[in-house]
Amino acid sequence: MQMPAPDARTLGRKPVIVARLREVLPADAVIDDPVELRAYECDALAAYRCPPLAAILPRSTAEVAAALKVCLAEGVKVVPRGAGTSLAGGAMPSEDSVILGIARMTRVLEVDYADRIIRVEAGRTNLSVTGAIESDGFFYAPDPSSQLACAIAGNIAMNSGGAHCLKYGVTTNNLLGVTLVTMAGEVLEIGGAHLDAPGLDLLGVICGSEGQLGVVTEATLRILAKPEGALPVLIGFDSSEVAGACVADIIRAGVLPVAIEFMDRPCIRATEDFAHAGYPDCEALLIIEVEGSPAEIDEQLGLIRTIAERHSPVEFRESRSEEESKRIWLGRKSAFGAMGQINDYMCLDGTIPVSALPRVLRRIGELSAEYGLEVANVFHAGDGNMHPLILYHANTPGQLELCEKLGAEILTLCVEVGGCLTGEHGVGIEKRDLMTVQFTPADLEAQMRVKDVFDPAWLLNPAKVFPLAASAGRRGN
Amino acid sequence: MRPTTEDDLAALVRGATGPLRVQGGGTRGPLAEGDVLETAGLSGIVLYEPAALTLVVRAGTPLAEVQAALAAEDQRLPFEPGEMGGLLGRPGDSTIGGVVATNASGPRRVQAGACRDSLIGVRFVDGRGTVIKNGGRVMKNVTGYDLVKLLAGSHGTLGVLTEVAFKLQPIPPATATLILPGLTPARAVAAMSAALGSPFDVTGAAHLPGTGTLIRLEGLAASIAYRVDRLLVALAPFGQAVVERDPAAAAALWQQVRDAAPFHGREGDVWRISVRPSDGPEVAARLGGEVVMDWGGGLIWALYPAGMDARAQLAGIAGHATRVRGASANVPAAAPEPAPVAALTAALRAQFDPRGILNGEASQ
Repeated sequence: MQMPAPDARTLGRKPVIVARLREVLPADAVIDDPVELRAYECDALAAYRCPPLAAILPRSTAEVAAALKVCLAEGVKVVPRGAGTSLAGGAMPSEDSVILGIARMTRVLEVDYADRIIRVEAGRTNLSVTGAIESDGFFYAPDPSSQLACAIAGNIAMNSGGAHCLKYGVTTNNLLGVTLVTMAGEVLEIGGAHLDAPGLDLLGVICGSEGQLGVVTEATLRILAKPEGALPVLIGFDSSEVAGACVADIIRAGVLPVAIEFMDRPCIRATEDFAHAGYPDCEALLIIEVEGSPAEIDEQLGLIRTIAERHSPVEFRESRSEEESKRIWLGRKSAFGAMGQINDYMCLDGTIPVSALPRVLRRIGELSAEYGLEVANVFHAGDGNMHPLILYHANTPGQLELCEKLGAEILTLCVEVGGCLTGEHGVGIEKRDLMTVQFTPADLEAQMRVKDVFDPAWLLNPAKVFPLAASAGRRGN
Repeated sequence: MRPTTEDDLAALVRGATGPLRVQGGGTRGPLAEGDVLETAGLSGIVLYEPAALTLVVRAGTPLAEVQAALAAEDQRLPFEPGEMGGLLGRPGDSTIGGVVATNASGPRRVQAGACRDSLIGVRFVDGRGTVIKNGGRVMKNVTGYDLVKLLAGSHGTLGVLTEVAFKLQPIPPATATLILPGLTPARAVAAMSAALGSPFDVTGAAHLPGTGTLIRLEGLAASIAYRVDRLLVALAPFGQAVVERDPAAAAALWQQVRDAAPFHGREGDVWRISVRPSDGPEVAARLGGEVVMDWGGGLIWALYPAGMDARAQLAGIAGHATRVRGASANVPAAAPEPAPVAALTAALRAQFDPRGILNGEASQ
């Protein structure tokens, strides 16, 4: 992974830039001490690190606007940062960039149950949005795995998903409006508590633009009444193909569970060793969750059982208590932690058409053997969003590079079968150079033209998303 | 002009020397001045995988053909697109591309999202005559910018859609609609908010003059029976609801809401107003005439005297009002956007269509 050479002029002007930022921001909102800046040198893609020129932590939209005006005038690159949990390097700085962290903007601005909306400052964490309303029986649906830590700003930037998006959609389907500060320091209100846009759907293109079009400081989110109850069921199979066929049959039958999660044998074994959830030792298992009143849950589980039995499952485990439900989810929720215990790993998140599942799993198995690197699969089966985890040893020279090469082959495979490079994590720096696998030069050009409109100088998070060669003429170096 | 391939369409756009009216079935939205570029020649289902809830279809395919193909597999477009031909007095077959270009979304929008939320991929020819694809055929995709949403509702001003992809929904086996008669708009919105804020997964909440306030449930049979009972209790303060369980009769009611049927063939302009639901009663009160409310009060169809400015009555209410039927030299059909947003919109159009030839000046 390459980053452009830092701009020498910007590096040389650090004292001036910091002084100008201090003129418009409170003293404690500007960080330039090299030791303190280490806290911002990477996000959750920790294999790549680079301390920024400075970091700023504004407390209001007005402060964000003032700081961006300074950065534009100085020609300094700006990397917006929510909570720094990006798995794609979306918040990774460059040496010549200012990190704009939104973490101090966490207030709830408005809750309206009659209109079913909440307006929050965008630095608020995902889970604490639900935290502010759950005592009244409401919740915010998108639930990325990092929801305890990740910020709404980052969720919007990456259009984050989660385990329950099969029923509730991803961030873009639950976002009604934003306050956006452009690189020029202009404050725009896009959308609001009403449902649709009067003209072009700017909100739709802002969501998922990876911090490249503007800085979101406030967001209006759709909230929902909590279902009366939810219950998971665990189904084990002696082949991944059969598990995949069972998923297809459930969807085909018109049952729409809130989540269908899939784990393969390497993943089951690793999580069992780590979390002791009592999973069966089988080739593949599904965790399916349904919602509603007890009677509604019974009705749905009855249908799922009938379908599953046609595929001769080795196990069909229903939960009858909160405790049993937790145990069913325990292994799935600890999967990433378990992998981290036994190895370093790289987590991919390509999406495939669900019909291609057997073919893709088989090919991943072959590639894994070819490269000599183990791959464990855990993913959202209902929507085809894979999460192959490639295990490697970071301290063994050459293994990171080998792992990246295997990752690129797997993602290319995802595109070949009709899927995409990333289903919910974003492109960032991680998949930037693979974009040409999925897109023609004209496709990429059309996207970059959108950035030209919002950020003509290409100062916002510029070396991300697009292959460096494709964006070189626009970035100016 | 009626090209039959994407390449031919691209060549026509590249070779165009003046403004083009991009037209599917010509049943929706304002019709632009210019040579007519029809998409009906680009027709047919490209890929339909019922087990993956995925459909890819050429933009000129008639909506009715798409719906019939899905219904044969007990599936549907989640967002319940309406037909505008009856309201606008335009015969013709609505196309799926026209649905996308206008982001046409019916009553289920409150639960299943708009057209743009079910749309997972597009192919289009921009104003330069370049073929561009975005999104794809998978449900979860954050690879690059989401131009899919930008194209949905862009009224053909950024490009000519050639192919669109959707995620689908199974048609639930049972449905029921609760009908509360005789509520004022304010009480109707209160009842709809109570229903939409319940855990019972309401898939439609509308107020149809002469019929009542409608609350729709869809799902498995036992679940519907249970939820109807619970909602009857929750909505008791609003009166005794009648329950319509016959799917065909219920569908006819929702079709009236979806297509603003009470205003078909009537004198006067029709306005479509999008606000936060709790502002719905205030909009109805200020306009004074007949309204159909959908989306729990967030979408208002209003019949208003011809040539008069309904928008001027709504000052201070957040949202927007569009005149969908009628004409006026002095009152623009679409709501003017705030200057900085209008500047972004204009700049985006200039990027995708630098010659400004696609669906430019609209006439009614």
